[in-house]
Amino acid sequence: MLTFKAILLLFLVVCAVATSLSKNLLTSVVIYMSYSLVMCILWILLESPDLAITEAAVGAGVTTLLFFITLKKIHAMKDMQIKKKGERGQEEKGLEKGGEGAQ
Amino acid sequence: MKLRENYENTKWGRFVRFVNGGEMAEDNFRLTGEQLLDAGLKPSQKGQEAQHVDLYHKKRERSKQDHSHMMEQYENWSKTKGLKIFGSIYRIISMCICLLVILVLLLTVANMPKFGAADAPANSNEVAGRYIEKGQEETGAVNIVTGMILDYRAFDTLGESHVLFIAACTVLILLRIDHRKDGSLVHAELAVEEDDRKLEPKNDKILQKAAFFLVPVILIFGIYVILNGHISPGGGFSGGAIIGAGLILYLNAFGFQKTERFFTYRTFSVVSLCSLLFYSGAKCYSFFCGANHLESGIPLGNAGDIISSGLILPLNICVGCVVACTMYSFYAIFRKGGI
Repeated sequence: MLTFKAILLLFLVVCAVATSLSKNLLTSVVIYMSYSLVMCILWILLESPDLAITEAAVGAGVTTLLFFITLKKIHAMKDMQIKKKGERGQEEKGLEKGGEGAQ
Repeated sequence: MKLRENYENTKWGRFVRFVNGGEMAEDNFRLTGEQLLDAGLKPSQKGQEAQHVDLYHKKRERSKQDHSHMMEQYENWSKTKGLKIFGSIYRIISMCICLLVILVLLLTVANMPKFGAADAPANSNEVAGRYIEKGQEETGAVNIVTGMILDYRAFDTLGESHVLFIAACTVLILLRIDHRKDGSLVHAELAVEEDDRKLEPKNDKILQKAAFFLVPVILIFGIYVILNGHISPGGGFSGGAIIGAGLILYLNAFGFQKTERFFTYRTFSVVSLCSLLFYSGAKCYSFFCGANHLESGIPLGNAGDIISSGLILPLNICVGCVVACTMYSFYAIFRKGGI
């Protein structure tokens, strides 16, 4: 049990650091969701199941959804779609050029 | 903004000039020069004076140029070299603050008593002892946490429910898209956005099938958590959040047209308002009774039954309704600009 707890805590720290360090906002939101899920298991291990239920519903569920909508509203998920599809080659090039110019 | 014709010569005008560039000295010099001329000096001296004045003007112009050059450098400094220096200082200071906070937190955790130790201050507290020993007897709730939240400290929970309601109202005010009475939009440019919002749920077969089986289970689990709040872990907030999450899943799978059959703006306002009013009324009654040492007349029942522990069950249901409505309406307002 102790090793299990240690692994969970280590995962928690890794998630917390990765959330702040990841460049893509979408990735960072997904990592934050996994952080909430690990936190939920830890609440159960700390013998407070009511908090675990709330964490799973609010932290992993509703908060993440609200983050997703916000990212969609500020068009932060657009770049990724273009890069994934690769259909609009010109736009992609333009974006890359813009990125270089900014650097 | 000149108020008077002789504004330049007033004390205030001189002061403003002095502040803006210090041209007072020049005027004084000219004055003295003219005064000297008027005083009837010799021609040679006059010439010397003129040379002096020319020299003085040249010096002033040069100093003005130097000044403007310096000002330009100064203004650009913040954009070029200053930015670099500021960036490095900012990084160092933020690192220092981060490390300091980590150090303080680690020290605090290291000095905390062992988890579950009997002699820890949290466990030897009089109030906690009273809650644990007499909680079930006084509130009738097996789950001590709910007994605390909705009986001993019901005032806190009342405030929390109101905070949620006010937050939902604020988001509604900020993000709502207004319609005219005939249904058309007030701002034409919002039509595209509204189209995007309404057409958002694509007909995803996998999501729809998953939601078809999951949503009833989630909703029933949420209702179970709310109704058993005083017996098993959970309560109004947890159950409400679960129901809200289930409603959001349903909305994502099947779109706004289906949810609008049972959840509209009117549902939200009526359910939230009734719940909060009932909560406030019930708590007013118990505070009134408690303050005047009266019997409240609400039976506590057998501890462990579903219908027991007095006001806790109805209050749990109220909190659950408010939380579920708020969660769902948050999502709907963000997505569509209305419930």
